[in-house]
Amino acid sequence: MAKVLEIRWHARGGQGAKTAALMLAESVAAMGKYVQGFPEYGPERMGAPILAFNRISDEPIYIHSNVINPDIVMVLDPTLIGKAKITDGVPEDGIYIINTTKTPAEIREMLGIKGGKIYTVNAAQISLETIGRPIPNTPMMGAFVKATGIIPFDEFMVHMREQLAKKFKSKPEVIEGNLKAIERAYQEVKGE
Amino acid sequence: MKTKVALTGNEAVAQAMKQINPDVVAAYPITPQTEIVQIFSSFVANGEVDTEFVAVESEHSAMSAAIGASAAGARAMTATSSQGLALMFEVVYIAASMRLPIVFPVVNRALSGPINIHCDHSDAMGLRDSGVIQLYSENAQEAYDNMIQAVRIAEHPDVQLPVMVNMDGFITSHAMDVLEVLDDETVRNFVGTRVPLDYLLDAQNPVSMGNFDMYEFYFEHKRQQTEAMKKAKEVIKEIGKEYAKISGREYGLFEAYKLDDADVAVVVLNSAAGTAKGVADELRARGIKAGVLKPRVFRPFPQDEIREALKGVKAVAVMDRAETFSTCGGPMFADVRNTLYDLKNDIKVVNYIYGLGGRDLRLEDVEKVFMDLENIRKTGRVDETVKYLGLRE
Repeated sequence: MAKVLEIRWHARGGQGAKTAALMLAESVAAMGKYVQGFPEYGPERMGAPILAFNRISDEPIYIHSNVINPDIVMVLDPTLIGKAKITDGVPEDGIYIINTTKTPAEIREMLGIKGGKIYTVNAAQISLETIGRPIPNTPMMGAFVKATGIIPFDEFMVHMREQLAKKFKSKPEVIEGNLKAIERAYQEVKGE
Repeated sequence: MKTKVALTGNEAVAQAMKQINPDVVAAYPITPQTEIVQIFSSFVANGEVDTEFVAVESEHSAMSAAIGASAAGARAMTATSSQGLALMFEVVYIAASMRLPIVFPVVNRALSGPINIHCDHSDAMGLRDSGVIQLYSENAQEAYDNMIQAVRIAEHPDVQLPVMVNMDGFITSHAMDVLEVLDDETVRNFVGTRVPLDYLLDAQNPVSMGNFDMYEFYFEHKRQQTEAMKKAKEVIKEIGKEYAKISGREYGLFEAYKLDDADVAVVVLNSAAGTAKGVADELRARGIKAGVLKPRVFRPFPQDEIREALKGVKAVAVMDRAETFSTCGGPMFADVRNTLYDLKNDIKVVNYIYGLGGRDLRLEDVEKVFMDLENIRKTGRVDETVKYLGLRE
């Protein structure tokens, strides 16, 4: 099998992890790759810990299981650290991208890991300032593009604009804010 | 013209329905099928289809309305899942016996109780003996392709039966996947317009339908349904070839994945077949001759063809995502084992019940099945015929 990049999202219900996983999939697919984007549907309720997953590959993807050994872990809610099983199944060289006010070094200590790469971005603050609401899902995609470098940022933004235009047909005023949020997170994300 | 797009399974099926542009859709929402009807109703509201949408008060009424519309001569559809299909049960048999070519996607979900919204195949298996053709789909692409072909299969003069198009709840219905869609015109030319043999609104040739049927004819009518099911196999293959011409994707009765030289094989429906193919590839790299048989058509059951495809295999595992409570295995196991019995060549056939209520099927689960088969092949011994996969015991 060709190498499949696997992503696991940790979030709380209402933070838009499912939407982000699907939008990321759609944008990356538009760039010619094969993708999957799917949530783990639990008893859905606001604030409950949830998971969502992506697979990205240059070839068709057969596997339909949940992602168990993610190459990349996205954490939308910093209060999940220490509660959700964030490091479970992640290989030594795994990448963590976390919405937090803390530094990568502080997060490294909290997670108790030595290897891998840790990226942090204050996606909550960015979304408050750009969209007007604390929904960290879209800025996290900007951090993802920067941290992984698997897709060119400018091209990603073109497809993201299309996605947002489709999704927010009835409220076009939020499109620019979301794009700005992605761009800021792309610039502000820090890694070590 | 073909376009590569990213859609969820539900979006792909709604897209197929839009391109088919049926005369009547009668449906009621139920998780995880709701999005299909929701998206399709927006096509109706936006004038993108000519369909008469009937918002009914239950699934029993949804199928009843589809039966009325289909008997009147219309191309009618509905869609459902789980409890909705269970509530429809009574009228599905009537649709089949009236030989009405109603196409309906079923987004597979466990049956209550305990109440659960996630994937297994107990809903579809409940209608195994209803006289409805059952197609299964590994992913969004196959769900889309099956929907379009289902219209032609159902309406074929030799068939005239309802067709149920199954896909896995959440795993396929809610997952974003990459697929190729056809343009509207190609689909509309392929499905054409329904030409019913008899229909209620034909004033020149009045007929009555759905009549009381005494012991003088009931038996003959049921026998005719079986005959239509037999003929459906050839029709499904023909239409699969015709569909290949417009799509580049050919469909038969099942997919035989690396079976030609396989020592061990897994038989499995829907999305789990993809996972099994992935595992088979990995095991082949390690020198194990693993293969997968994925039935696309479960009713009618392609017995002769499956027997031919599996005759060289030493050990077979049938994976069922449904329980029968017979205490001797799942529904597909019974059919496959029965199929191989006549070969008298001592193929070992075992059964695994897996994934009930949405329990995730992991790669290592499928690997374990293949390794068990390897062990059976080497020792010639079966310790346990029916096992449970990924279960805490």
